[in-house]
Amino acid sequence: MTQLSGLPAVSGLADVAASESSLRQFLHGLPGVDQVGAESRAAALGTRSIKKDAKLWALDMAIRMIDLTTLEGADTHGKVRALCAKAMRPDPTDRTVPPVAAICVYGDLVATAVTALAGSGVHVASVATAFPSGRAALPVKLSDVRAAVGDGADEIDMVIDRGAFLSGHYQQVHDEIVAVKAACGTAHLKVILETGELVTYDNVRRASWLAMLAGADFIKTSTGKVQPASTLPVILVMLEAVRDFYDASDGRRIGVKAAGGIRSAKDAIKYLVIVKETVGDEWLTPNLFRIGASTLLNDLLMQRAKQRTGAYSGPDYFTLD
Amino acid sequence: MTWDYAPAPESRDIVSLRSSYGLFINGEWTDPLDGDAFKTVNPATEEVLAEVSSAGERDVDRAVAAARAAYTKVWGPMPGAERAKYIYRIARIMAERSRELAVLETLDNGKPIRESRDVDVPLSSAHFFYYAGWADKLGYAGHGPDPRPLGVAAQVIPWNFPLLMLAWKIAPALAGGNTVVLKPAETTPLTALLFAEICQQADLPPGVVNILTGAGATGAALVGHGDVDKVAFTGSTEVGKAIARTVAGTRKKVTLELGGKAANVVFDDAPLDQAVEGIVNGIFFNQGHVCCAGSRLLVQESIADALLERLKRRLGTLRLGDPLDKNTDIGAINSPEQLARIRALAEVGDAEGAERWSPACELPAQGYWFPPTIFTGVSQSHRIAREEIFGPVLSVLTFRTPQEAVEKANNTPYGLSAGVWTEKGSRILWMADQLRAGVVWANTFNRFDPSSPFGGFKESGYGREGGRHGLEAYLDV
Repeated sequence: MTQLSGLPAVSGLADVAASESSLRQFLHGLPGVDQVGAESRAAALGTRSIKKDAKLWALDMAIRMIDLTTLEGADTHGKVRALCAKAMRPDPTDRTVPPVAAICVYGDLVATAVTALAGSGVHVASVATAFPSGRAALPVKLSDVRAAVGDGADEIDMVIDRGAFLSGHYQQVHDEIVAVKAACGTAHLKVILETGELVTYDNVRRASWLAMLAGADFIKTSTGKVQPASTLPVILVMLEAVRDFYDASDGRRIGVKAAGGIRSAKDAIKYLVIVKETVGDEWLTPNLFRIGASTLLNDLLMQRAKQRTGAYSGPDYFTLD
Repeated sequence: MTWDYAPAPESRDIVSLRSSYGLFINGEWTDPLDGDAFKTVNPATEEVLAEVSSAGERDVDRAVAAARAAYTKVWGPMPGAERAKYIYRIARIMAERSRELAVLETLDNGKPIRESRDVDVPLSSAHFFYYAGWADKLGYAGHGPDPRPLGVAAQVIPWNFPLLMLAWKIAPALAGGNTVVLKPAETTPLTALLFAEICQQADLPPGVVNILTGAGATGAALVGHGDVDKVAFTGSTEVGKAIARTVAGTRKKVTLELGGKAANVVFDDAPLDQAVEGIVNGIFFNQGHVCCAGSRLLVQESIADALLERLKRRLGTLRLGDPLDKNTDIGAINSPEQLARIRALAEVGDAEGAERWSPACELPAQGYWFPPTIFTGVSQSHRIAREEIFGPVLSVLTFRTPQEAVEKANNTPYGLSAGVWTEKGSRILWMADQLRAGVVWANTFNRFDPSSPFGGFKESGYGREGGRHGLEAYLDV
């Protein structure tokens, strides 16, 4: 038995998921989250004042961390191609702007994105597993994943079965993630917790651990289809789980993706501050932190231009897609 | 790759300092009759900010006489609803000039601008707003149907929260219909002098608020003055005792808010990450210059190692430096005297065998600085577990049972505040019942609100400030 830092005693993380009861014991043995305290800590970090070089660095980093997203029923191949062009060269007039991390689309548009992004280094992420509700039989979810991977997706954004989680069927959620991870092959797996439906921070912490124990490469807040989507305290709680998992697993770094509701550069920088001051600078890389967004990119570009030239230009100088 | 925050200093241009200040008596600036003056410095840079007058006995006489006249002729007879208008006006002007007050507080005191901006100044303004509301409702405060004011209040306040302590003292006094003579601390007089300007701006009748700057002798003369009806003091237990002796046998009513050595008790079922924040906020808020600071951490044995590991990691992220920088968490120690006292007690901790730990942090060359410090292996008999250090120094002790936690927490001559961290509601209630402390925080620490009474047990003083209870200290009940 080893005593992890402030965590229930376990003999290695592998045994935690051995049974429904051991999983439950572990997840319910995690230290609780005090709502008032977590929210005031997140708010305090939100008051950090990021200026000059630090701001410029943060703006570029935020651009590099974006999963540029379109997840609408009305999406077209043309729209995805346009988004891919924007992903590779966010500002056609300024070659110093870095490309974003990835494009995030529905599975049937993966092939289009893969073709458009070929050789650019920008990843293609596909939502899968009956996104956004997750309400489908496991074989359907797995074939959803395999189809996306088969079309060349580099990353899979799956949703957990919130119904199973909230009714306490942790093993079921765990095993489903394991199965999806297997179906991913070499593709990276992001597990969407849909924190807006989990409601409490205790649930967010438990779901974060559950996903990490099951093999998630990333844990992600939201689908963007449920309100509230990503918030600062939710990200704080998820980052704390990632930090503790790193200690407990002898150094496995799990990524975090904040998705939904992040529209301004100012908000994006607050997220970077929370990352820096919770898990440290090692997580300030697109490999370990992502921001899922669509409108955020243009605000980052505008703030970047302002920071470089000293003058604001209008929204018409940045492309809409 | 590390991301370093660029300096983000708040501009000090908003503050216009005079080179020298007189005394504020009867609504006017006047030179002291004794002619003495002293300098107030910025503890972060040792720069002299201004020269301030030292009030002598004849100045105290003048100020008390002005307060007496204002009480008898204007403020005492004025209907509560009219007094409320002035107090509301003061509250609004403080809110409007909040940035100026915050920058000045940080310059004179050394505390981070983040705290003066987000805590001290908003709370000060809120105190005036809160008590303004009581001014015409005193008959409903539970102190009798028509409570009368006491008269002239002599108020002496400390340097750790210069403006906030002024608000805690002046707001309830004015709401109750009293007039005041207030002496700010020797090292932090500037926001009180700016407050005098605010009183002028609010057209407060002359003599209702008088501000006398000076050192201990001025305070002693004020407290001992024969025509004072009420004495209110916040500061050290030593001085508090001397004041109690001075006023013993006189008609003066007294409230004292003195030292503390609060226990912050963390049980094994606590929300750990928030407990770590609470410990940090408990002892490193305002460099630990807080009478109710959680300076003794009592942690349950079974989680002691885990908690300390998290706490140390967290201390590594604290940013110490220029108090005017908006990202600074730990500012300067207020004075060389206080720094010497903190150093001396920390050395006693070493000598007594406790283990000292501080995060790697660079102290600025100029000014008065002490790094955030933790002592582990502390026992109840160590001086660092018994004496108030009044600095960023935490003593860590462990306990096994809730009963032991209570015994250790209460085993101190002080009794100002305590904190309890547990997810178990019944235990919070049980602990709150057992702890002999004026304030018990549950799953939080160092939170203040004007509507909540504050004050001590035992050698932490008597009387309450804040809330409906705080009115009693300024009413003849």
